[in-house]
Amino acid sequence: MHATRKLSGAVILALAAMGAQAQVSDGVIKIGVMNDMSSLYADIGGPGSVTAARMAVEDFGAAKKGMKVEILSADHQNKPDVGSAIARQWYDVDKVDAIFDVPTSSVALAVNQVTRDKGKAFIVTGAATSDLTGKACSPNTIHWLYDTWMLANGTGGAIVKTGGDSWFFITADYAFGHALERDTAEVVKKNGGKVLGAVRAPLNTQDFSSFLLQAQASKAKIIGLANAGGDTINSIKQAAEFGIVKGGQNLAGLLVFITDVHGLGLQTAQGLILTENFYWDMNDQTRAWSKRFAARNGGKYPSMDHAGVYSAVLHYLKAVEAAKTDEGTKIIAQMKKMPTDDPLFGKGRVRADGRKIHPAYLFEVKKPSESKYPYDYYKVRATIPAEQAFRPEKEGGCPLVK
Amino acid sequence: MRHQKIALVIMAVLFALAPLAVYPVFIMKVMTFALFACAFNLLIGYGGLLSFGHAMFLGTAGYAAAHSAKVWGFPPELAILFGTGAAALLGVVTGLLAIRRQGIYFAMITLALAQMIYFYYLQVKFTGGEDGIQAVPRGTLFGFIDLSNIWAMYYTVLVIFLGGFLAIYRVIHSPFGQVLKCIRENEPRAISLGYDTTRYKLLAFVISATLAGLAGATKALVFQLASLTDVHWTMSGEVVLMTLLGGLGTIFGPVVGALIIISMENYLAQLGAWVTIVQGVIFVVCVLTFRRGVIGELASFLKKPL
Repeated sequence: MHATRKLSGAVILALAAMGAQAQVSDGVIKIGVMNDMSSLYADIGGPGSVTAARMAVEDFGAAKKGMKVEILSADHQNKPDVGSAIARQWYDVDKVDAIFDVPTSSVALAVNQVTRDKGKAFIVTGAATSDLTGKACSPNTIHWLYDTWMLANGTGGAIVKTGGDSWFFITADYAFGHALERDTAEVVKKNGGKVLGAVRAPLNTQDFSSFLLQAQASKAKIIGLANAGGDTINSIKQAAEFGIVKGGQNLAGLLVFITDVHGLGLQTAQGLILTENFYWDMNDQTRAWSKRFAARNGGKYPSMDHAGVYSAVLHYLKAVEAAKTDEGTKIIAQMKKMPTDDPLFGKGRVRADGRKIHPAYLFEVKKPSESKYPYDYYKVRATIPAEQAFRPEKEGGCPLVK
Repeated sequence: MRHQKIALVIMAVLFALAPLAVYPVFIMKVMTFALFACAFNLLIGYGGLLSFGHAMFLGTAGYAAAHSAKVWGFPPELAILFGTGAAALLGVVTGLLAIRRQGIYFAMITLALAQMIYFYYLQVKFTGGEDGIQAVPRGTLFGFIDLSNIWAMYYTVLVIFLGGFLAIYRVIHSPFGQVLKCIRENEPRAISLGYDTTRYKLLAFVISATLAGLAGATKALVFQLASLTDVHWTMSGEVVLMTLLGGLGTIFGPVVGALIIISMENYLAQLGAWVTIVQGVIFVVCVLTFRRGVIGELASFLKKPL
């Protein structure tokens, strides 16, 4: 009799203890950072994104608040099959609660699907395709940082308005390139410009010569580079070797990160117009954070993706704290409900279609003579307010928007 | 023969119980690759034909199954059948061209054809290029088994794998298999005995392509994705590696080889590009110290064919 009472007492105690932290599955919040760790997009995200996530966990003060947060990372090698296999295994075996980053739109779309099937949470900062908040939108996904619509309207719109009215595209041949070309072509046509043609280059191309020659032969005023990372660097460098800019045609890098400008050097990159949501030298807060980040990242300054991962993880942890759960669908709903606020992007919000909105900036790359200190690369040409920077909610065709 | 049957039962039981201890999706991957390697082994181990383009059958079947299931709404059994059929058809066409030559020329022709197929799939619209065919529905098998349930999917794959394995086992031990081995050992003598070796080789090629296709179609449903990885030449190389590591010309060798290679890829994935280097080292060690592969060495130790 006595033993039974003791036992039932223990059971009740155990149940109560479980109840106290019942909502966070297995007592640990597990975050997976998945990106390209070794290939052409490794500088944009790569190990730096893991550092950024770690900083977010520390700055949030998870340990002090008694929340246990673990960070896992993996290399998806830019292959959708590898990415979806990792995501599946993370959710099923490693009990990961949310996946962050995931550049390479084809992989992001695959992870988007797996996350939806498993009812977990997916916060994309690295991938660009605007389909993530359009026809592929999901109640389990937030598209945090930038997208092809924003890039097209930022860089594309600015160039058409300053007289660049005939375009030829060199497009990375997968979901991202296709979406970026589609969205930019729309902007060009809407502003009265013409698209003379496009050529598709395989992902991770080393030799752009035949594509550049086609672009040169098209006689278009603007050669739009609908690619990213190593591909952008290679195509800009090789265009310089072909004397394309000297011949009177201009290059438009539709997705350029500060890491790409760093790789190109100001001599080659000067004058490029580009759209980003984050630049380390914007204000005191971004400068302070970026210097902290650089100290932990081998002296390399953060890309907008690194900043995006930081702010996304921060908001995610705030939502977990507020909702007292880490269950995927609920936490995404909570993240949409709460306004966002962080030192890097300021105040913002997440829309019903999963689009997080914040201002976008049109930058111009400085001349070597204008650059005064390391990573002093950009000057701001225009600020696009948050509400105008992204595709209006109703035009995306996302079924979540009523 | 009796010990082979015992080994077969042990293997079946192990695979049936494995998901209790190991992640089921991982074992399903092992089984599909094991079937792929067994199909490849039928050709090289028993027919003496080294195909260096077997990924084209795996990938073609995957694309055909994924497209038919996703776009045309085929139920899973028909999608797998359709994928397998597509691979068989491709096997007939490429086989007719390739078996006219032997040795390195045969390998080069299959590689060349596989590369053509690869670039075709890269460019053509329905495969989605780099994106692959994503979100393939698993559907309901025969209208009442819901494959979105992981256990239903697992045992379906197990049945397919064992079925394919038994088919290969049967082929090897049939008179046809004996003639095939005879051709491998000495083709002129087989011809002098009155066998039309070309027809035997073609049939072996088509059977191998078909079973590789069966593996590819199943894989597409398991992962709900068909991608370029499966048609890339590295996949053709990987299946050679699996077969050599497990034991060329042994019945169980390719299964063990697939298990080793897939486990390495899975558990060493954090090493990134180093996985290929580790694989290379293992391959060198295998060639230098146990040339007959894991199962081949075991068989010669037991003095029984396995």
